[in-house]
Amino acid sequence: MGFYLVQFLTGWADASGLFMVACGLTLIFGVSRIVNFAHGSFYMVGAYVAYTLITHLPATGMSFWGSILVAALVVGAIGIVVEVLLLRRLYHAPELFLLMGTFGIILIIQDLSRWLFGAEDLLGPQCPGLSGSISILGSLMPQYDLVLIAVALLILGLIWLLLNRTRWGILVRAATEDREMLAALGVNQSRLFTGVFFLGSFLTGLGGALQLPKGGADLLMDLNVIAAAFVVVVVGGMGSIQGAYLAALIIAELSSFGILVLPQSTLVMMFLVMAVVLVIRPYGLFGKPESMVHEAAGEPSATLRPAPARLKMLGLALLAVIALLPLVAGEFQLVLLTEIAILSLASMSLYFMMGPGGMVSFGHAAFFGGGAYAAALLVHYLQTPMELALGLAPLATGLLALIIGWFCVRLTGVYLAMLTLAFAQICWSIVFQWGSFTGGDDGILSIWPSAWADDKIVFYYLTMVICIGGVLALRAMVFTPFGYTMRACRDSPLRVDAIGIDLRRHQWLTFVLAGAFAGLAGGLYVFSKGSVFPDEMAISRSFDFLLMVLLGGVETLFGPVAGSAAFTWLHDQISRLAFWQLILGSIFIVLVVAFPQGIAGFFNNRFGRYFGAEPQG
Amino acid sequence: MPKILEVQHLRKSFGGVRAVDDVSFDLSAGRLLAMIGPNGAGKSTCFNLINGQLKPDSGRVRILGRTSNGCKPREVWKMGVGRTFQITATFASMTVLENVQMVKLSHHGRTRSLTRRMQRMYVEESMELLELVGIKAQWNRPAGVLAYGDLKRVELAMALANNPRLLLMDEPTAGMGAMERTHLMQLTADIVRSRDIAVLFTEHDMDVVFTHADEIIVLNRGSLVARGAPDQVRANRQVQEIYLGTEEAARLQKNGSEAHD
Repeated sequence: MGFYLVQFLTGWADASGLFMVACGLTLIFGVSRIVNFAHGSFYMVGAYVAYTLITHLPATGMSFWGSILVAALVVGAIGIVVEVLLLRRLYHAPELFLLMGTFGIILIIQDLSRWLFGAEDLLGPQCPGLSGSISILGSLMPQYDLVLIAVALLILGLIWLLLNRTRWGILVRAATEDREMLAALGVNQSRLFTGVFFLGSFLTGLGGALQLPKGGADLLMDLNVIAAAFVVVVVGGMGSIQGAYLAALIIAELSSFGILVLPQSTLVMMFLVMAVVLVIRPYGLFGKPESMVHEAAGEPSATLRPAPARLKMLGLALLAVIALLPLVAGEFQLVLLTEIAILSLASMSLYFMMGPGGMVSFGHAAFFGGGAYAAALLVHYLQTPMELALGLAPLATGLLALIIGWFCVRLTGVYLAMLTLAFAQICWSIVFQWGSFTGGDDGILSIWPSAWADDKIVFYYLTMVICIGGVLALRAMVFTPFGYTMRACRDSPLRVDAIGIDLRRHQWLTFVLAGAFAGLAGGLYVFSKGSVFPDEMAISRSFDFLLMVLLGGVETLFGPVAGSAAFTWLHDQISRLAFWQLILGSIFIVLVVAFPQGIAGFFNNRFGRYFGAEPQG
Repeated sequence: MPKILEVQHLRKSFGGVRAVDDVSFDLSAGRLLAMIGPNGAGKSTCFNLINGQLKPDSGRVRILGRTSNGCKPREVWKMGVGRTFQITATFASMTVLENVQMVKLSHHGRTRSLTRRMQRMYVEESMELLELVGIKAQWNRPAGVLAYGDLKRVELAMALANNPRLLLMDEPTAGMGAMERTHLMQLTADIVRSRDIAVLFTEHDMDVVFTHADEIIVLNRGSLVARGAPDQVRANRQVQEIYLGTEEAARLQKNGSEAHD
C-alpha cells in the first residue's frame, strides 16, 4: 500500500514541475495567442542559472531558495527582453512567423547555454535540509518531492488570486476571452502582454530551477520539456490554468503507474493521453474552440495562379543547370544538392497541407522518418530492392497518414498542429524504444542503393528526377479540382458545407497525399545516407521542415524549394563554425523581421510583376 | 402549385426556452417568402432548422416532397437548396470566377479529381451566372478584395450555381447601403421569378420586405403569429402591436444588432 502511495506522490511531484512550465505557456498563449516554442529554452536557462548560483554560494537553505528565486527573476527578465525587442514587432505578422521568431530564440539560447554553462550534463545540487527521505507506510519518499507538491499548489493558489482578485488579473482574463473587446476598451495592450510574458517566463524559469535536485541540467532539456508542456496545455485547454494543473496531474500519474505495467510505454503514454482527450474533447478539458491560425491573421491567403510563361522559362533554365551540373560540380556539391532536393520534396509536402490545405503540422517528421524507416526495414529484413522499397515507402506513410489524419481533421488550428506533434512523438518513441526491431538509438545501417544507382552521379540524377517530379506533381495538384477544394476548405468551412462538400473527408485526403510524398522523400533520404536514425522522426526534424516552409514563405508555390535550399545551404555553410546555431537563430530573427513574407514571397512581391504575377499583400 | 418547402409543426428548445414552437408554413415555386419578427423571435433558429445546421426536437421539414429532418447542411444543399449568409461566406483567396466554378465542381461531384486542371472547367456556365448578377467585369479579381456589395452578388451567383429550386437567404441585404439594397433585392426577385425558384429570406429592413416579398410570416417568441400578403400583414393588429411596441427599442438596438444578431 505504502508503495502505491509513494508512487502516487512521486507522480504528483512530477506533475507539479510540469504544471509550472505549462502554466506559463498557457498564460502567454491565452493572452497573446503566441505559441511560444522558446518556452522550453527559458526553462533550461532557469535550471542553469540556478545551478550556477547554488554551486557558487555556501550550501545553506537560504542561499538555495534565494538562488532559485533569482534564477526565476532572471528568466522573467529575459522574457521581457524577448517580448519587447522581438515579438512586439511581430504581433501583426502572420502567426506562423512568430513561430519562426521563437525558433530563432531556441537556437540562440541553445548555443549561448553551451558557451556559458558547458556541454556536459550537470548533476543537480541537493536542497540543504531537504535531501533526505521520509517513510510513508514503510516506503521511502524524498522530502524534496513533497516540497515541490506544496510549492506548485501555492503557485496555483497565488495565480488564482492574481487572476480573480486583482485588476491586472481581470484584464488578463478579459484578454483571454475577447482580445478585440479589450482593445476597444482602451487597455494598454503592450504593457499587458509584456507583463504576462514576464509572469509566464518567470514561472517556467522557476520550474526549471526547482527541478534541479531531481533532474539536474542539460542541453536537451529545452525540446524535451516543451513537448511535454504543449501536451499539458493542449489537454488542459489552451489558456486554462486549472486545466493545466489537472492535465499535468493526469499525465504524470499515468506515466508514474504506467511504468509499473509497461516500462517501455513511458514516452508513448503522455501522447496517447493527449490523443484520446482531444478526440473526446477536441479543445481540451477546460478549453474553448480556437479560431484557425489563418483566420486569426485576418488577411485572406494569396490567390494562386498557374505559372506565367516567363516563370516557366526560368524553371526550364534551372532544370538545365541541374542537368548539366555533374559536369562541373564535385562529389561534395552533388551530395549537398541531392540533400536539398530530398528536403525540398519533404517540405513541399508539408507546404501542401499548410498552405493550400490550411492545416499546420508540427509533426511532419513522422511521415519523412516513417518513409525512411519503412524503406530501411524493408531492405534490412526482407532484402527488398531499392526500386520496390522506394515505391512502398510512400504507401506505408500514406497509410500512416490515413490513421493520424482521421484523428487530426477533427480539430482545427493550433489544436490540430499539436495533435500532429503528439502523433509524431508517438511514432518517434515507438522507433526509439522498440530497439529489437528498429535498432533503437543505433538506427539501421548499410542501406545502399541498387548497384546501378550506387554511383554518386547516377543517384544524383535519380533523386532529381523523383524529387522534381514530386514537387511538380504536388504543385500541379494545387490546380486540380481537388486542389481548389482544399483551398476552399481553408478559406471558408461554412461555405464549403453549404455547397455540399464534406470538409473532413477532403482534409483527410490532403493529409494522406502530404504523408505519402513526405514518405517518398524519406525513402530516398535513407538510400542517400545509407542509414537511418530515430532523429529523422524527432521534433527537431519536424521543426526543420516547418522552418524551411516558413523561410520560403507560405504564400508562394515554390517557397518550400527556396526555403529548403536556403536552409540546407546555410546549415552546411555555418555548421562548421563554432556557435553556428547562434548564427542561424540570428539569421532567422533578422529574416522574420525583414521579410515577413518569406524569401519567395519577397521575390514575388519585388519581381513578380516581371513574371506576370499580381503583387501580393 | 407544387410545394417546394413544407414546414410542419416544427419545435426546438434550448434548455427550457422554446426558440421555435409549433411553426408550420409552406412555400411554392417562384414565390418570395419573408420571415420577420423582433430580435429573439426565433427566425435564426427556424432558418437553421431548415438548412440543416440544427435538428428539430419534433416536427418535419420537407423539401420538394422529401423529408430533410436530420440532414446535414451539405445534404440539404444536394436536395436543391442554395444559401446566402448574413455575413458573406466566399473563398477569399480565389477569384470571382473560381468561386462559382467551385460550386459547379461540387454540383458535378468532381471535387476529388486529381487529374484534370480546374482552369477550364465549367467556365462558360459560371461566366453566365456572373453576367446574370452583374459582376462579370470583375471575374478575375480575388474575392478577398471586393467591395461588400459586390461580394453579396458573388454569393448570389454561388447560391444559384447548383440550379436550386429553393433559396435560403439570411439577411440578404445586411451591411449594404440603401440604394444597393433595392438593386440587389430587385435583381434577386427578377432572377428567382424567371427561374421559378422559391425564396425564403429573413430581413430587418421593412422596406425591403414589404416591397419584394410575395408573402410574409411573422414570428414572435418562437410562434407564428401572422401569415399573409404584405398588405394583410401590415394591417394585422397583432403584428402592429409587436412592432409598434418594440419599434423604438428596435431602432435603438439596430446598430448593435446588425453586427451580430
